Amino acid sequence: MPGVDAYVTGLGQSEVGVRLPRHPLLLTVDAVREALDDAGLTLSQIDGVFTYPGKMSSYTAFSPVSSDDLIEVLGIRSKWHLGAMEQPAQLSAIAAAAMAVKQGLVRHAICFRTVYEAGGMADPGTYLSGMKQDTVSGPSQWTSPFWATSAACWTAQYAARHMHRYGMTREQLGQIAINGSKNALRNPRARAITKEELTLDKYMSARMISTPLCLYDCDRFTDAATVVIVSAGDALDEVKTTPVRIAAMSGSVDRYSWDQAEWFAAYETGADLWTRTDYTAKDVDTAQFYDGFAFLPITWLEGLGFCEKGEGGQFIEGGTRIALDGELPMNTFGGQLGAGRLHGFGFAHEAVNQLRGTAAGRQIAGDPKVAVATSGGGPMAAALLLARD
Amino acid sequence: MNPPRPRPKLDQENTAFWTGGSEGRLNIVKCGDCGEFTHPPRLLCRHCQSENVAAHAVPGTGVIDSFTVNHQPWARDLEVPYVIARVKLDGAPGVYLTTNIVNCPVEAVDFEDKVRVVFEEQDGIFYPLFERIA
Repeated sequence: MPGVDAYVTGLGQSEVGVRLPRHPLLLTVDAVREALDDAGLTLSQIDGVFTYPGKMSSYTAFSPVSSDDLIEVLGIRSKWHLGAMEQPAQLSAIAAAAMAVKQGLVRHAICFRTVYEAGGMADPGTYLSGMKQDTVSGPSQWTSPFWATSAACWTAQYAARHMHRYGMTREQLGQIAINGSKNALRNPRARAITKEELTLDKYMSARMISTPLCLYDCDRFTDAATVVIVSAGDALDEVKTTPVRIAAMSGSVDRYSWDQAEWFAAYETGADLWTRTDYTAKDVDTAQFYDGFAFLPITWLEGLGFCEKGEGGQFIEGGTRIALDGELPMNTFGGQLGAGRLHGFGFAHEAVNQLRGTAAGRQIAGDPKVAVATSGGGPMAAALLLARD
Repeated sequence: MNPPRPRPKLDQENTAFWTGGSEGRLNIVKCGDCGEFTHPPRLLCRHCQSENVAAHAVPGTGVIDSFTVNHQPWARDLEVPYVIARVKLDGAPGVYLTTNIVNCPVEAVDFEDKVRVVFEEQDGIFYPLFERIA
């Protein structure tokens, strides 16, 4: 049986902030309500729920809401649901929903990502208690004992190597955060995260976290829920929005231990994406690239073929190419550096907004039809190609 | 005074790695059939899936593939800055270790520096750190 295509038909997002008093389950429900209103759907039409990475008891703040929680409180009659970390990066939850829709298992799926890392820090007894462990095991045993505690330390080594091999400069790398801050100032949902434009001077004098990554190269803990509704191609008459097709998706994982992989998975995932579509990089009107750390968009630019391997720094030099009015507008909502650590879903949300022409004060010019949204870092990555065709 | 290093939970796969330093050995799993190395350590070879694998003492030298000078104290009282490096091990093709470069100022560390292992013991765990070979 030939499957139908999968489309994004609804977008929703809660308030985005730092130490929000509202409970993360309620933030999630806020985002669901907005997405349902947007799509013109009711809860009775939803029959699937997908999230990443699923509720985490070891670090509740990172993922405080399960798909089961949402199904329970919303009374959803779900035919398929999923919340799992063992997938290729954050957007794999949306890819999984698309697979379910294409197979006819589900007609309209809620996909969500809820983060409560800022609020969780303020209430460690509730949200961080699972992190108190006497020993480390699994992948972290190969990094934590050397105080390479954060993914910032792991990413920094690959960024440093890129600078060493190819000559990328801090002035070039800084354009990711600077571009993010400019765009975030045009995004009402980023008000709590970015309050002023980041200048190159301020960037260059920022304190280092792990060289070459400074404070502004790292996203910050945020409280928010982001929802994307994925619908089947034969159910589009039930929605009121302009549907955006998931034209292709790809994912990959190299080694589970970050330090054994030679290259980030963005290269394999990026190349693979173009084998699954007739579109090419030249057709892309806007790029929404995961920027939990500023180096990651460099790997996506190179991995997806917008420039050659090693030339990512030159590509973003001066920031004009990736600006809102540039040839490849990037992270037009601010990215995670500018709009908060929404953890992957912000990129899909914004790509669809731009393709629909509903990005308001940050809408890119022309008639954008194709966007790419990515997620992940290090040895795992997932990408979505979105098209209004 | 630095806090104690996070302590790996010892198991069947990793004990030879984390305790080999007691005998001055940097142990990496090697396949008795195909001769390839598997790291992180596993009970079978990741190249040929043979179960004929054993901890093998490698020379304990290598080169710095990449490194970062870490300035953020990730734990209370952790002294910064310090160097985190990805060391490419000699004698074990394809194996890298995340480690610290010690016994020199952070400014002295560079790409391609030759390094050798120095073990730091803490309650029976022998952490393989590296120092530059002058």
